[in-house]
Amino acid sequence: MATTQRAGKKQRQTEQDGLTAVAEALGFDEETLRGLYRKMVLIRLFEDAAQRTFRQGKIGGYLHVYSGQEAVATGFLAAFQEGDRAITAYRDHAHALLLGSDPKAVMAELFGRGTGLVKGKGGSMHLFDVANGLWGGYGIVGGHIPLGVGMAYAERYWGSDAVVQLYLGDGAIHNAAYHEAANLAGLWGRDGLNPTLFILENNQYGMGTSVERATAMTDLAAKFDSYAIEHEKVDGMDLVAVLACAQRVTERVRETGKPYAVEALTYRLVAHGAGDFFEKYRTKEEVRTWRERDPIGLFEQKLLAAGVADEQGLGAIRDEAKQIVDEAVRFADESPEPPLEELHTDVYADAE
Amino acid sequence: MPVMTYREALKSAMVAEMERDESVVMLGEDIGIYGGTHLITDGLFERFGPKRIIDTPIAEGGFTGAAIGMAMAGLRPIVEMMTWNFSFLAADQIIQNAAKLRYFSGGQVTVPLVIRGPNGGGVQLSAQHTHSLEGFYGHFPGLKVVSPVTPHDVKGMMLTAIRDPNPVIFLEAGALYGTKGEVPEGDFAVPFGEARVAREGRDISLIAYGRQVNMVLKIADKLAAEEGVEAEVIDLRSIRPFDEGTILESVRKTNRAVVVQEQWRYYSVASEVAALIQEQAFDHLDAPVERVSGEEVPAPYARNLEVAAFPSEQQILDAAHRALYRKV
Repeated sequence: MATTQRAGKKQRQTEQDGLTAVAEALGFDEETLRGLYRKMVLIRLFEDAAQRTFRQGKIGGYLHVYSGQEAVATGFLAAFQEGDRAITAYRDHAHALLLGSDPKAVMAELFGRGTGLVKGKGGSMHLFDVANGLWGGYGIVGGHIPLGVGMAYAERYWGSDAVVQLYLGDGAIHNAAYHEAANLAGLWGRDGLNPTLFILENNQYGMGTSVERATAMTDLAAKFDSYAIEHEKVDGMDLVAVLACAQRVTERVRETGKPYAVEALTYRLVAHGAGDFFEKYRTKEEVRTWRERDPIGLFEQKLLAAGVADEQGLGAIRDEAKQIVDEAVRFADESPEPPLEELHTDVYADAE
Repeated sequence: MPVMTYREALKSAMVAEMERDESVVMLGEDIGIYGGTHLITDGLFERFGPKRIIDTPIAEGGFTGAAIGMAMAGLRPIVEMMTWNFSFLAADQIIQNAAKLRYFSGGQVTVPLVIRGPNGGGVQLSAQHTHSLEGFYGHFPGLKVVSPVTPHDVKGMMLTAIRDPNPVIFLEAGALYGTKGEVPEGDFAVPFGEARVAREGRDISLIAYGRQVNMVLKIADKLAAEEGVEAEVIDLRSIRPFDEGTILESVRKTNRAVVVQEQWRYYSVASEVAALIQEQAFDHLDAPVERVSGEEVPAPYARNLEVAAFPSEQQILDAAHRALYRKV
């Protein structure tokens, strides 16, 4: 018993050092750290509300939520600078919220309202907020990967130092679109023309098919070797680890114009999406085990251990986030549907 | 007026735009050092360098998708499909991304992209290398689809295509790269959505696009010389947007129409033209609208079979006679 306590204390001490050291290295003050906690909580509560209102029939189509994976996008987008671009697949709510999209507009988009982020024309899978650096939001697994690589080429073509954060899931890495685009990224990167940061969100399942059942070569990061793209893995449940990694690799990509890949090991704590009722592909025990490493809980412990926040302070942050989400739901609910004239707009761009 | 080949006219438009606008870049298989399979891009690598003339691996989905990303980020890429037959590998990118991005981003994204290359058959390339994809790509809102047949139009429409802020499917008459025609010097953009009256006439409307236009023009001359029939020939040239007005105006005058295409008949451009005429010029028709199309088979290799698979002069003539209620 005493031994366990000592071990636990020792580990907390290490994590506490980790947080403090990382925060210091990144120049993050306590307020910034609490802000990151607030962002993760906001995402979780937003997704909870989305699932609830989906069940109430207020959200149509598909709904894929980010619960459990918060530390990945929160950590990487903390290294995002103005002029950078982010592009992802359909599990995209968190990316929009983190990049500064108004939660009201995001929820309204899910509700199919005219006040939505893309005027009710794309829904949950197609969030765009170009002004804030979000370039979608795509529904076809793997299909967005070449787009990100092309955007990265254009950035260097014009001589900018922007980085493209290209998010993809473990399910996308078996697709031709990934392999063809990664090959181009490696090729163009050789000449410093491809500042793509591949962020492989390995949540262990492509829908319900586990990595082991989808490929015989399960070291997914190593798949980037084929294209001469250097890579590493990070614990995607540990925000502190992600923050440190993200800052370092983003700067590297910015400086070199060469692509780099990070496999973030993470877990989807809820169902894949609408229609995934029984989760027959995984056990309750497995989910429970991962829940113990819930990224929000882990970060909470670190904040408490480091004395950056106390229980009361964290509670206040949660209340604040809940208010924002409640307000977003109310806004979406009260917003009008898009006017029918919108049906025919935005099919073609007008000539300048 | 200078005379040049279809190939030279096409190239001249792209070179002019690359000179004028630094955002224009080209991607494709062997377009650079090799000089282009069809020599459309010959010499451009030396002229514009590897950053603007981008040789790609043989991976249509990847480089077409990358070009879409470039377009989203302020470039104006021209993608060469070595032949349009390979575009099926890029169809997800073209249809799911390029065509729809503007819409599902609520108007936040622009995709100024040209995808070009030879389309259609007639040179014994057999089943996998012979398609006419006007109907296929014409089906999707968000794309613009054109099919110029003269050197004049291939230049003028390429100028328009590169300047257009939307994805343009540019279907070249591959069998006609070496044909010559008058091409004005300088800048003359031919707008999309306007069919060309290639020959005026009052007795029957012969409607085609691509290399069938040339065949139909020959038949029109024959009808005039041998039978005193003055056929009007319409070159559609713009598949989407589609010029309904020119077709209807012609049929209201001639009261008879034959539509000729190389592609298969079902769900095709000719089907669209025939439907348009019956919807909006029904009372003007003196005969059913005739369609002459490719045979419903994959393209064969043997020369005699290939000839038999595509519309022949005799088939078009027979269709015209049926529409004219003439037996010859």
